[in-house]
Amino acid sequence: METITKIVTRFGGVSLLPVAVALLAFVLIGAPSSWVTLTIAGLAMGMMIFLMASGLSLVFGLMDVMNFGHSAFISFGAFIAASVLAGLSGWLGSDLIILNIAALFLAFAAAILFGMAAGWFFEAVIIKPVYKDHLRQILITMGALIVAEQMILALWGGAPMTVHRPQFLEGSFLIGDITIEVYRAFAFMLGLAVYVALYLTLNRTRIGLLIRAGVENREMVEALGFRIDRLFVGVFMLGSALAAMGGAIWAGYETLITPALGGEMMIVVFIVVIIGGLGSIEGTLLGAIMVGLMANYVGYLAPKLALTSNMILMMVILLWRPNGLKPAVK
Amino acid sequence: MSILSLKAMKTDIGQYAVLHDVTLEVPQGGVFVLLGRNGAGKTTTLRSIMGLWKPSAGSVIFRGQDISEMHTAEIARLGISFVPEDMGIFGGLTVEENLILATAKGQFDNARLARIYELFPALETFWTKQAWSLSGGQKQMLSVARAIIEPRELILVDEPTKGLAPAIIDAMADAFREIAQTTTILLVEQNFEFAKSLGRDMAVIDDGRIAHSGSMADFAADKPLQDRLLSLSA
Ligand SMILES: Nc1ncnc2c1ncn2[C@@H]1O[C@H](COP(=O)(O)OP(=O)(O)OP(=O)(O)O)[C@@H](O)[C@H]1O
Ligand SMILES: [Mg+2]
Repeated sequence: METITKIVTRFGGVSLLPVAVALLAFVLIGAPSSWVTLTIAGLAMGMMIFLMASGLSLVFGLMDVMNFGHSAFISFGAFIAASVLAGLSGWLGSDLIILNIAALFLAFAAAILFGMAAGWFFEAVIIKPVYKDHLRQILITMGALIVAEQMILALWGGAPMTVHRPQFLEGSFLIGDITIEVYRAFAFMLGLAVYVALYLTLNRTRIGLLIRAGVENREMVEALGFRIDRLFVGVFMLGSALAAMGGAIWAGYETLITPALGGEMMIVVFIVVIIGGLGSIEGTLLGAIMVGLMANYVGYLAPKLALTSNMILMMVILLWRPNGLKPAVK
Repeated sequence: MSILSLKAMKTDIGQYAVLHDVTLEVPQGGVFVLLGRNGAGKTTTLRSIMGLWKPSAGSVIFRGQDISEMHTAEIARLGISFVPEDMGIFGGLTVEENLILATAKGQFDNARLARIYELFPALETFWTKQAWSLSGGQKQMLSVARAIIEPRELILVDEPTKGLAPAIIDAMADAFREIAQTTTILLVEQNFEFAKSLGRDMAVIDDGRIAHSGSMADFAADKPLQDRLLSLSA
């Protein structure tokens, strides 16, 4: 047993978990081409969830702030991007790929800018008065989520909204007899790019070093002469912007969005950060990939269990590792 | 001249009044020792100086300036560093990262680094290791090294010998002696032998008040006073 543990640790430890899940699913599913399609869908979904969850995890890690309003940024990002795309539908249908890309870029930029501005406002007005008080944090950020959902209802109405996709992201391509949806490949690549950028920032820059140290021990970083509270505003804005961006990509993936989106994603996002271990970006990625894969495999194998599968996953992982798979060192 | 004076400092933690009246003059240079029983308020005193607890009354004067209302980060930038009781090491960071973080500009001054390697050779050996993997003594060395990686005026050190083996305690004493040539050290200790070998001036805190202050030589000679102020009973 001990040698097995050693070998597993050597090759990546808990990071191998998604591989194990994928192998198990391969055996259970039987049909290789379905398995590949589901795996790619799961990875794409995982990457989008990662974008939505990463900010929440960092914010909790750095300041011990539990923000239940986080998913408001996701839904606003989705609706803002969808509106921009609707407004630019002429560009989207165009054969000129440059117009396609421009429309997509503007939609994402609008969501991201909104996320940053709203994050700044949210931190200053709602979070700052309740630092160090978890109960009030939960109450006030939940309240903010309800207000945000009502605002979306008021602005966009309750009916589901169709999301226009740019032409070049429609359809799918074939590799052998495996079909891959273009949008899924795009979502996966975009999420991966953001992860790499975040990883490099955290591990190769001075700001990243301060954030990692602050996640471990905020007081000590302050005692070394750095204003964590000022850094925190920046992290909060970044996290909100990533959530809005995640929402924007998600909107294009679902192609039909409703104001209930935020509430639904909130549960998923919390499961992910708890599975992954709060405060760690690697853990969040791992948790998101696990949840994405599970949702797709279970959805195919036992559709009735799809909803509960992630809850069960969370409980099993927490029984095994109460701090999550890859918690930041505390 | 004093580098630090505490004037009738009071500190509450939540609704508990922990420090009632702490009045202290720490002279410039050398090691000043603050003694006291468990729970007397030593850690709270250091944390109040560092701005990690805000004093509710009284003042903290550092080189003529009242710092009692300042933010911890600003206090640090005035030249005060802190070696907390739990060492405050960043376990997920390497030894190098722990130290480079503590530099003001993100760059090492080679002369200072050489001096730190000389004081604590283990840190050079484990330079690229994550700090959680160090031994207790090595973590303590890292914490002290971090406090002197930039030139500082005053270092607050909270029970650096706690849980350390005698050989490491001796090495730590040598290091403090060396550091005290250029910097004032305010040292909180329970290990009286260690404190006696380093301190020139001293004070005893008891139940949130300064119960005695004077020279270490006088205090070391007065056994009844030691018993009264430091023994477990009473
Ligand atoms: N966070 C806190 N909340 C409530 N009371 C506290 C807190 N920290 C310390 N105290 C109380 O304040 C008093 C002084 O504590 P402090 O840690 O300053 O003592 P100390 O002299 O450093 O003791 P030790 O030698 O055990 O480290 C104690 O009675 C302690 O119980
Ligand atoms: Mg103490």
